[in-house]
Amino acid sequence: MVTYLRFQSLMGGAVSSKIQIRVNDRVHSVTVDPDTPLLYVLMNDLELQGPRFGCGLAQCGSCSVLVNSVETRSCVTPVSAVVGKSVITVEGLPAWYAKQKKLSKTPALHPVQQALIDEQAVQCGYCFNGMIIQAAELLSKTPQPTEAQIRTAMNGHLCRCGSYPRVIRAIQRAAHAMTGAIERGRNPVLAQQTRAAEGER
Amino acid sequence: MNGTTPLSLFPRREFLKAGGALVIGWSLRGAMADAGQDAAGVRGTVAGPPDPKQIDTWLAIHSDNTATVYIGYVELGQGSTTSLLQIAAEELDLDMSQVRTVRLDTNVTPNQGGTYSSSSIARGSPAIRTAAAEARQALLKMASRKLGAPVERLTVSKGLVTVGAIGGESESVTYGELIGDQLFHLAFTGTAPLKPVSDYKLVGTSPLRNDIPEKVSGKYVYLQHVRLPGMVHGRIVRPRGQTAYGSGAKVASLEEHSIAHIPGARVLRKADFVGVVAEREWDAVRAARDLKITWEIPAVLPGSDGVYDQMRREKTADRVVLERGDVDRAIQGAAHVASGHYRGPYQAHAPFGPNGALAQVTPDGALVICSTQDVYATRNTLATVLGLSPQKVRVQYYEGSGTYGHSCYDDVAQAAAILSQLAGQPVRLQFMRWDEHGWDLYGPAHVGEVRAAADASGKILAYQYDGWHHNWSAVETSSQLALGTPAGEWRDGAAQMVNPSDCGGMYDIPNVRLVNHHVPGMNYLRGAWLRSPLDLAFSFASEQTIDELAHQAGVDAYEFRRRNITDERWMGVLDQVAKASRWEPRPPASRLSKEKVATGRGIGLGTHLTSYGGAVAFLEVNKGTGKVLVKRLYGVIDAGLAVNPGFIENQISGQLVQTVSRMLLEEVTFNKTNVTSLDWNSYPILRFEECPEVFPIVVQRLDQKSTGAGEEVMAAAAGAIACAFFDATGVHMPEFPLTPKRVLTALGRG
Repeated sequence: MVTYLRFQSLMGGAVSSKIQIRVNDRVHSVTVDPDTPLLYVLMNDLELQGPRFGCGLAQCGSCSVLVNSVETRSCVTPVSAVVGKSVITVEGLPAWYAKQKKLSKTPALHPVQQALIDEQAVQCGYCFNGMIIQAAELLSKTPQPTEAQIRTAMNGHLCRCGSYPRVIRAIQRAAHAMTGAIERGRNPVLAQQTRAAEGER
Repeated sequence: MNGTTPLSLFPRREFLKAGGALVIGWSLRGAMADAGQDAAGVRGTVAGPPDPKQIDTWLAIHSDNTATVYIGYVELGQGSTTSLLQIAAEELDLDMSQVRTVRLDTNVTPNQGGTYSSSSIARGSPAIRTAAAEARQALLKMASRKLGAPVERLTVSKGLVTVGAIGGESESVTYGELIGDQLFHLAFTGTAPLKPVSDYKLVGTSPLRNDIPEKVSGKYVYLQHVRLPGMVHGRIVRPRGQTAYGSGAKVASLEEHSIAHIPGARVLRKADFVGVVAEREWDAVRAARDLKITWEIPAVLPGSDGVYDQMRREKTADRVVLERGDVDRAIQGAAHVASGHYRGPYQAHAPFGPNGALAQVTPDGALVICSTQDVYATRNTLATVLGLSPQKVRVQYYEGSGTYGHSCYDDVAQAAAILSQLAGQPVRLQFMRWDEHGWDLYGPAHVGEVRAAADASGKILAYQYDGWHHNWSAVETSSQLALGTPAGEWRDGAAQMVNPSDCGGMYDIPNVRLVNHHVPGMNYLRGAWLRSPLDLAFSFASEQTIDELAHQAGVDAYEFRRRNITDERWMGVLDQVAKASRWEPRPPASRLSKEKVATGRGIGLGTHLTSYGGAVAFLEVNKGTGKVLVKRLYGVIDAGLAVNPGFIENQISGQLVQTVSRMLLEEVTFNKTNVTSLDWNSYPILRFEECPEVFPIVVQRLDQKSTGAGEEVMAAAAGAIACAFFDATGVHMPEFPLTPKRVLTALGRG
């Protein structure tokens, strides 16, 4: 982080250049200083609302995105560092999930998002971008996390409103729903029902 | 669009989303519906506040048989918008899918005062409830004429007015058909009969929050997402970490050319107010970072280590807040006497997303979009800063992140307005993390000295509380720096005084003396209301004193409190929380262990200004490391009629977690010149791994008026945590937060 900032200063008035980045499975061309943090490109050039500014210091998690399916703080990641990689924001999370799970249809929401609604976990909701990204990453690697695993995985995401207990419950609920979906996937009748239900959303 | 005013602007994306249709008002997504152009086309075109004596100010019925309710309280994630809609829908006999509201706007929404003191329901609902009832009455009269039937024979369900027997011949008409998008043109008299509580179908139930689906899908428009056409990005440049309130900061030197390497970046300056703007946001960030500037800052702060002693040394303005009986005489010869000296630090609002604002200022008027909790008050201060009349300033509210009191939302709004005025074009200003953490108006530090006495039977005889703190700051940093506005303090108000409700007020005590020692604030940090202002400090001091008396009397802490309470509602929350936590009777600190990790439990009572809060905490103290972990926390509130008990549960849950954070971790640090806690590392808050299990409980009181529910459990929880620490260790903590270093010192191991 410090090294990066020094590099920035030395670069000073670096010239903008045309950069291609893949975000939510679409390739975008942007003309920016390659050292610009990815966050500002996502917010201002791509007009996405998921990743948002919280600290600019990689301390809070409000700017999180998935880069090649790994949770990444976009506020300290230069846009040039994601060239050739796949960036997924909350907006693209349902499609990312559908692809991972080989669902025939993209659901309106990732199961974590639905579980947060079901648990009414949100207060101001500003931190939920990062919460959702991190929880989705966790569940993609650890489908049935213990409560301790959830707490550890989520520990880098802060919430001023104190929504942690409900977020933990929501992740457990989502894990349950997702495993259920996989089990149903093995049963042709249930799989059909699942597809119908997800189509309805 | 109204062409005569420069104020008819559209946030860029929302403008585009509206498909370029030039409507008055603006397209608002999801929960926040279109402000609604009424048939007369006037709403939103003139400066408010709209006349509160008109029904049209409060609601509109649309031809699709839905209603827009105009509310003067902001949504901060607490759900009060949905609750107020429940109340309106209840009186109108609509269902929740038929009601919506609009964001606050000084050209559109009524002035109900600011969103303070968790009073949205208590203060906001009477007007909305009665206006809805009166509108229903008017609609029934219209239906009566239309259907040719007397009002008494009409029934309403979901906005469908029906005459005739169920199953028999019937005729009906919808509200929408009766008035759809026309104005009522009716005086609001407040005389319509209200629906009896026994007929409530929606109030008292827990429909889901209407903002949550968009908040999890990423579609919700926060302030930080709004853009204006033709705008530039701005950042402020100030010393890192605020200076003493009375001194401000003076620019000693500024080298504008130091940012010449950043394309399009400009320095804007008005006296000691300095900012930068640039076309691209990252360029503005870099310009603020790279600008060479030095400041003249007097070293007059006491430093966070010396602040309490300094406050106690000051010549204070003292006021006896409450005096009853004779404390001194009652204490003499009492069987049990407890006294203590307690301290609580400055704490930050630290909204998770730093505040931001957008401004377009022209010589003829200004539009400012920000996250103020009081659009009309902000309009007035902006008018002063800009040299315009309030009617020429339009303020629109967009929700930011949870602010929990007066954070930098007014400061950033003023700063954006000044930058726009200097730049001659619209500016979007985003505070950086260090701006928000460093230039906050903190919850002030507090010193409390308590003494109390009880007789041999455990009856409290006397109680004295002396509290030292400075007042809230009345001037925002931006106007201080730009205009040289002298620093001033608020006039004393209930929330800045030793609070009788927290300081012994729940107990029946014959001899009481409460004294407020007002510290002059110029050589301290900026202060303002932070969720449950000062109450955590009061309760930390007061409830530990009560537990000390219980300890001396050899009486269980719950039982001791029962012996000293007659108020039915205080007794109610006390009993509820004891029952929920399966409280087992034994005196405090009567089971001290020799183990390295000691466990304890504590019970506490407290509130803010209204409502009744009770809490029980179970915690662990590691005597080797000094680490305190709260394991379980129970919180009960009696806030009268709970309009939406589900939201209140969520509020209690948040209050409990935030209280743990504030009792164990949070403190603003500063040296003689500047604040030094500028981010989440230097100002840590509670994280997932140390979050306790929480148990929220709502007492439903259908027969009582609704009172606040957004902060009233925090004082109780602060007291419960402090008492649990005493139970675990036999030591009273004199100061919070209970950091390992402080705990080891208190345990004599530091």
